[in-house]
Amino acid sequence: MWADTDVKAWLARAADSDVWWSFKSSTLTIVAAGATLLIIAIALLSPLLAPHTPFDPATLSLSDGLKPPVFWSADGDWTFPLGTDDQGRDVLSSIMYGTRLSLLVGFASVVVAMVLGITLGLLSGYLGGMLDAVIMRVADVQLTFPAILVALLIDGVVRGLISVQRHDEIAIYVIVGAIGLSFWVQYARTVRSSVLVEKNKEYVQAARVIGLSPLLIMVRHVLPNVTGPVLVIATLNLGLAIISEATLSFLGVGLPSTEPSLGTLIRLGNEVLQSGDWWITVFPGATLAALVLAVNLLGDWLRDALNPKLR
Amino acid sequence: MLAFILRRILQSIAVLLTVGVVAFSLFRYVGDPINAMVGQDTSMEERAALRDKLGLSDPAPLQFLRFIGNAAQGKFGLSYRTSEPVGRLILERMPATLELSICASLFVMVLGIPMGVYTGLYPRHWSSRLLQAVSLVGVSLPPFLIGILLILLFAVVLRWLPSFGRGSGTVNLGWWTTNFLSWEGIKALILPSITLGLFQLTLIMRLVRSEMLEVMRTDYIKFARARGLTNRAVNFGHALKNTLMPVITVAGLQLGALIAFAIVTETVFAWPGVGQLFIQSVQFSDIPVMAAYLMLIGFLFVIINLVVDLLYFVVDPRLRSQGGAARVGGH
Amino acid sequence: MKFDFRHSMSVAALVCAGLATATTADAKTFKWANSGDVSSMDPYARQETFLLTFTANIYEGLVRRDKALKLEPALAVKWGQTDKNTWFFDLRQGVKFTDGTPFTADDVVFSLNRANGPGSNMGSNFASVKEIKKVSDFRVEVTTKYPDPLLADKWAALGMMSKAWAEKNNAVNSADMTKNEENYSTRNAMGTGPFMLKERKAGEKTILVPNPGWWDKPTHNLTEVIFTPVANPATRVAALKAGDIDMMYEVPPADTETLKKEANIKVLEGPETRVVYLGMDQERDELLESNIKGKNPFKDKRVREAFHRSVDVEAIKRTVMRGQSFPTDLMVAPGINGYMKELDKRPALLKPEEAKKLLAAAGYPNGFEVGMDCPNDRYVNDEKICQAVVAMLAKIGVKVNLRAQTRNLYFAKILRKADGKPGETSFYMLGWSPAQTYDVHNVFEALIQTPNAASKKGMFNAGGYSNPALDKLADALEQETDKAKRNEMIKQATKLYVDDYAYIPLHQQAVVWAARKNIELVQPADNTFPLRFVTVK
Repeated sequence: MWADTDVKAWLARAADSDVWWSFKSSTLTIVAAGATLLIIAIALLSPLLAPHTPFDPATLSLSDGLKPPVFWSADGDWTFPLGTDDQGRDVLSSIMYGTRLSLLVGFASVVVAMVLGITLGLLSGYLGGMLDAVIMRVADVQLTFPAILVALLIDGVVRGLISVQRHDEIAIYVIVGAIGLSFWVQYARTVRSSVLVEKNKEYVQAARVIGLSPLLIMVRHVLPNVTGPVLVIATLNLGLAIISEATLSFLGVGLPSTEPSLGTLIRLGNEVLQSGDWWITVFPGATLAALVLAVNLLGDWLRDALNPKLR
Repeated sequence: MLAFILRRILQSIAVLLTVGVVAFSLFRYVGDPINAMVGQDTSMEERAALRDKLGLSDPAPLQFLRFIGNAAQGKFGLSYRTSEPVGRLILERMPATLELSICASLFVMVLGIPMGVYTGLYPRHWSSRLLQAVSLVGVSLPPFLIGILLILLFAVVLRWLPSFGRGSGTVNLGWWTTNFLSWEGIKALILPSITLGLFQLTLIMRLVRSEMLEVMRTDYIKFARARGLTNRAVNFGHALKNTLMPVITVAGLQLGALIAFAIVTETVFAWPGVGQLFIQSVQFSDIPVMAAYLMLIGFLFVIINLVVDLLYFVVDPRLRSQGGAARVGGH
Repeated sequence: MKFDFRHSMSVAALVCAGLATATTADAKTFKWANSGDVSSMDPYARQETFLLTFTANIYEGLVRRDKALKLEPALAVKWGQTDKNTWFFDLRQGVKFTDGTPFTADDVVFSLNRANGPGSNMGSNFASVKEIKKVSDFRVEVTTKYPDPLLADKWAALGMMSKAWAEKNNAVNSADMTKNEENYSTRNAMGTGPFMLKERKAGEKTILVPNPGWWDKPTHNLTEVIFTPVANPATRVAALKAGDIDMMYEVPPADTETLKKEANIKVLEGPETRVVYLGMDQERDELLESNIKGKNPFKDKRVREAFHRSVDVEAIKRTVMRGQSFPTDLMVAPGINGYMKELDKRPALLKPEEAKKLLAAAGYPNGFEVGMDCPNDRYVNDEKICQAVVAMLAKIGVKVNLRAQTRNLYFAKILRKADGKPGETSFYMLGWSPAQTYDVHNVFEALIQTPNAASKKGMFNAGGYSNPALDKLADALEQETDKAKRNEMIKQATKLYVDDYAYIPLHQQAVVWAARKNIELVQPADNTFPLRFVTVK
């Protein structure tokens, strides 16, 4: 329960802060934040907002196939404002649902990476010794391999272990796991170095003397210090994760074409791009670019805002 | 210095061994190598006999040693997909990928560093802001989308450049087929190199920019200015030199990333390199090829890292006396 | 030895590269592309048009087909029947394999036995064969179990291999592709044909060069043929437009119209003799991939009818195929001997409620779930057709779980094994063209008769449809020489499978090829592509 005054005080403090000031003074950032929120809102509400349910084969009808966008040709149909693909799937609805999937995969894999990275970073920094050496060596090795490659490897292994049919069902978990696992190193390194700095400070020593659990100390005192950097990494990673998912789906090892994400939509559309049905690729492509651009702008701004040296 | 290099080499071996363990577990435990070799009618006794013959019943550490030994000689068994020796498959396709990656990294360095220096020196100039914004678009567009757009524009509409493959301009040197020796071959390299390099280009540019910004704030630069040195001398003699260290680290790492990111570019351009081979293997779950590719990338990375470490000595004289303790960009 | 060979090849390549500028005027390199690679260089590895037509440039048959698909002499100069059950083939003399060894009756006997042996996928062409024997160095006789007037037609697609070469390279048997086997002949090829294999990089490129010692006078003017698989259709089209390839085999329907507008490109199209159809597992007592346990819904004719009459082939033609298909309700195409036009009438589409009623009557009021297998790089828009079918069946309450995969994996999974065991599928897509004989009997024998490993009938009947009355008719019509009687039998047999809803025929795809304007080529209706008819201007 927060008292009213607490909230007000917090808001006042927030409004007074450097970060807020820097946010207010950058139009581009405000636009990016607005665009991100808008895209997220539309994606979340897609079951309510979307005119069709493109993932349900029972609602698709081939007789609606290949309709052009309404503003492009007189053959357009207002039921399908951005046109349809060759299965009669509404492009607008597909984009809404597809964005939702892409965002879901993006957020989920960032969370996986963050939890894993922070935990390992804390353990590694605080306990040190063998564990630290092993974790950091593994991190080194993993840095060898770009995220997309790690994700591809994990996907390939899972394909070897289970049947194709099962693979389509669990594709989304595989993707989240694969992308999440490929991004943890940055968090772990950041948290670890922060722990190393704090570990020997006097207040930590004092807390240890009065018998507080070391883990509690770390969580209470060290984590808040790394919130900023972790947030910056997370925001930038979100953009990368969304791109990674799209790339995997484009390569045909991501989400199946019956439940397409933005990347899958682009792959499907790319196959017919030269025949003049440009809308099947261009709209999902533009949505993807806009989403990632907005998220990256936010991440960029956040990094500069939290690193006053650069201002 | 010798001690430092030795330590780095030992670390590299440790890294390679870790990669080896992963590759070995893939090879040994994902998909039964026996199943891939025999027909389904083969009896259990025959399978067991084959298992013994191949040493698959030996203790795991022994098998691992054998795997590493074979790997060191380039023997990774037969591909499940094409039934050809994996080592040969990869060797045949390596030149295509290496040439593509080298071209792309040249493109990145030649454009990225000057752009970074410029935006770092004049952060508030409108052209810097424009470059900065454009570079963000570069990071936000997935590489495959860029590739498709480039093909449409330069190969289909303008017809200046070939749309796929290494073109007819490859020259076979016996153990290496190259694109560099003919105009046709070089033309075929342009679009894929740009597609592959664009993402890294923006990364390098931004890195150099922020390093420049940091360095320009240091007392060292302020003193240099106070001494009345020209802008040119300060910017290039003092500032740029100091930004080079992290740039070398990242550039080294990026070369590894380029080789891996070639997977996407090679798919879009039907470029017959190892990346295309790898993606086909993932789709087929062709474990021997995946394991070999993993080892190869690990090996390349270790080599690149060693070269980067040695370059530090060239760039930063302090390291020569300190024995490499102040490594930048490490952990 | 091998290394020396490769080395000298590369030296030769280097020299060629150096000379390239000087000799471009008469070097006629022909570059062509397809979505997928040739599965193997072994001519018996798979009974698949693309593999057969590709390897036929290297391995010739006893007889071959001319531009109008009529038989003409190839490695045999004369053939025929001495009595009802005996065929003879008189071989061409003086023919040499490209390694210099002479071609004789030993090679023919060896090749035919290899094609009928373990690992080969061509066994169904030997159902009638009792014995193959060498009479002299240049005459082979074949005795059949029953009169088989179509034997020579069937064997036109069988390329002749060298016995010595196969023995030397340990490739006496064909590698069984359903088991992912491979041997020397999977990657290498050596025949008597108009071309020889210069370089084979699986999945990357395959280079053929003319055989200088070919017995026939070449009608082509090519000096080198480069084949490249390019999976991405957009890249393939772009490559043709940009002139990086001279010809693309199997143009995606979506691109046909745009390519027609290009000034430098010509589009060749015509109906193919292949029928693309859907099959259902009617053999097992419980489907492999379904939520219905203990019984098999496809054994009930009402279920098959509901499926059949819910698939809207006209809609598939309009959108997925963009007009490039010819819907049919029979398993053979017009132009094949035995096609019955008056029976090619598709029953009216059912409304979803009506189809649901049929399913309810069969005991599935809430529909059911079933897995479906589909290739994604074999037939034109195969995966998209399957997706459309999934949507159509969803409307009648059947949940279809689609699995689309690359053709090597796909065929290995769904096709009947050599020992006659059924493939692992419940609901699948396949295309078939009786390209050996151009007669409906091939379709009955391969696809519709009850599977039987011993008699080699029904070996491509992956769903195991079985109707004893039809089996009897099909066997009888194989030997019938009276045309009117034979037609009557075909009519009855056709009626049987149509009324049983044994299969869901979809359409014949249009064969659409595209080539640069300076390429002259012949497009036969069976989608084969003999390089000997290609000239570059």
